[in-house]
Amino acid sequence: MTVFLQNLINALQWGSFYAVIAIGYSMVYSILMLFNFAHGDIFMTGSYIGFGVATGLMALSAAGVIALPNWLILVLTLLISMVLTSFLGMFIERVGYRPLRDAPRASAAITGLMIGIILETGNLILLGAQRIKFPALVEPVTYDLGGVFVTNQKVLIVVVSLSLAMALHQFIRRTRWGMAMRAMAFDYVVVPLMGVPINKIAAMTFALGSGLAAAAGILFGVAYPVLDPYMGIVFGWKAFVAAILGGRGSILGATLAGFILGFIEIFVAMVFPSTLRDFIAYSIILLILVFRPYGLFGEPYSVRLRL
Amino acid sequence: MTMLSVENLRVSYDNIKALHGLNFQIDEGEIVCIIGGNGAGKSTTLRAISRMVKTEAGTRMSLQGKDLLGYSADRVVSELGVSHVPEGRRLFDNLTVTENLKLATFARRDKDRIAVDLKRMLTLFPRLEERRSQKAGTMSGGEQQMLAVARAYMSGRRMMLLDEPSMGLAPLLMMSMFKALKEINAEGTTILLVEQNARLALQFAQRGYVIETGRLVMAGASRDLLENADVKKAYLGG
Repeated sequence: MTVFLQNLINALQWGSFYAVIAIGYSMVYSILMLFNFAHGDIFMTGSYIGFGVATGLMALSAAGVIALPNWLILVLTLLISMVLTSFLGMFIERVGYRPLRDAPRASAAITGLMIGIILETGNLILLGAQRIKFPALVEPVTYDLGGVFVTNQKVLIVVVSLSLAMALHQFIRRTRWGMAMRAMAFDYVVVPLMGVPINKIAAMTFALGSGLAAAAGILFGVAYPVLDPYMGIVFGWKAFVAAILGGRGSILGATLAGFILGFIEIFVAMVFPSTLRDFIAYSIILLILVFRPYGLFGEPYSVRLRL
Repeated sequence: MTMLSVENLRVSYDNIKALHGLNFQIDEGEIVCIIGGNGAGKSTTLRAISRMVKTEAGTRMSLQGKDLLGYSADRVVSELGVSHVPEGRRLFDNLTVTENLKLATFARRDKDRIAVDLKRMLTLFPRLEERRSQKAGTMSGGEQQMLAVARAYMSGRRMMLLDEPSMGLAPLLMMSMFKALKEINAEGTTILLVEQNARLALQFAQRGYVIETGRLVMAGASRDLLENADVKKAYLGG
């Protein structure tokens, strides 16, 4: 039982990363009919930006310019990095995707792959090939709950991830910008006829998704403080799987699917040798998709790509 | 006063010419229709005016003296007040009736006037009031057409472009829909309508144009077109 609970807690943390990255994938896909294959690398870049911001703030603090406690540095790092990474996302949309809005979808997809490669290799050129250690902003404290160990880092990661997912869900349900996003998810061709500037909505979608990816990158750095330029690839692909599994256009679906993915991976590794982990985990996902091809919460949408 | 002026309107889809240089004018407060067969270029004409398709060099279009080509599709609606009820209605089925109407006011800042417009539409189409919190996709065809018109009105009421508003409606519903459109027009909205149902369109509009394979081939007052032998033969069933 304690082993089970321990794995449950680990799965919650692991699923948090997938969930928060998957949300960005899912939003862009549902609103622009576009797989942003650079999204995993935006997560990576967000993590590095977080590294830069945190290191800078700690240096300022150490030099006595402004005395900042570590928790405040973490909060500021999250906020500043999310904003900076949002700008990166908007830039990618403007330069990489907007010119291809009416191009075949395959062209937009390889654009994403190329932007990803540019981000990875750009990082290599800037910072070199060595791995980078993320600053220890959260001193780990372990609580023993009757044999089940919970760290303050895990609590932080799960709470921040769930809060971000819920906040975004509310934004999309309740604001007029969110309403425009839902309308675009159903039929983006006709949205300009409502007087809605779709380029602004597209930019905002990329900004939100990239900001969330940055948050995931920083939380990842808190839990696994070794960064490398290729860390986004596998996470990107798995979050993509979660986005599809969650169902097109559903924030809650993407979040849930992210956690499901985390749970399956952790629990498969609990029972089977870890070399079999992804083999079995993704066979399960494949089976789920066979029975629910639109994902868990897929919403219907118009298939007409022209007015 | 001229509301809309179109000169030499040319449009191509993938190198196939759809419109070969249309010329027409619509005055403020008019109801004008364009009739023609399937694929003649009726919908393309409306799409060009609302800037949803690219026009070719040489095309000139202006709305109350403002050059339409300087406006993007969303600004044609939000700044010039030209709304478009597209072919097949294209409602957001996943949004409620209220949300569909609210989305249409996305760029509007005149809160008081929005409330007035909304009230007007809900009195013109009481069924929409009853179905306010229902998803648009779950309504009947007639109700959906009402919502499509109301939504367009909320987005801009200076001029309304209507693409086949009679499509899929039973005769009785069709009549009440056109009665509502007459009321909207009487309150100051200029209407340009395209229809395959030529008789209905000509009974409703004051003037009409006939479009054939991307060219306007005839123009005149509706009653003259209704009596015209060629029009009768081609579009009114003899």
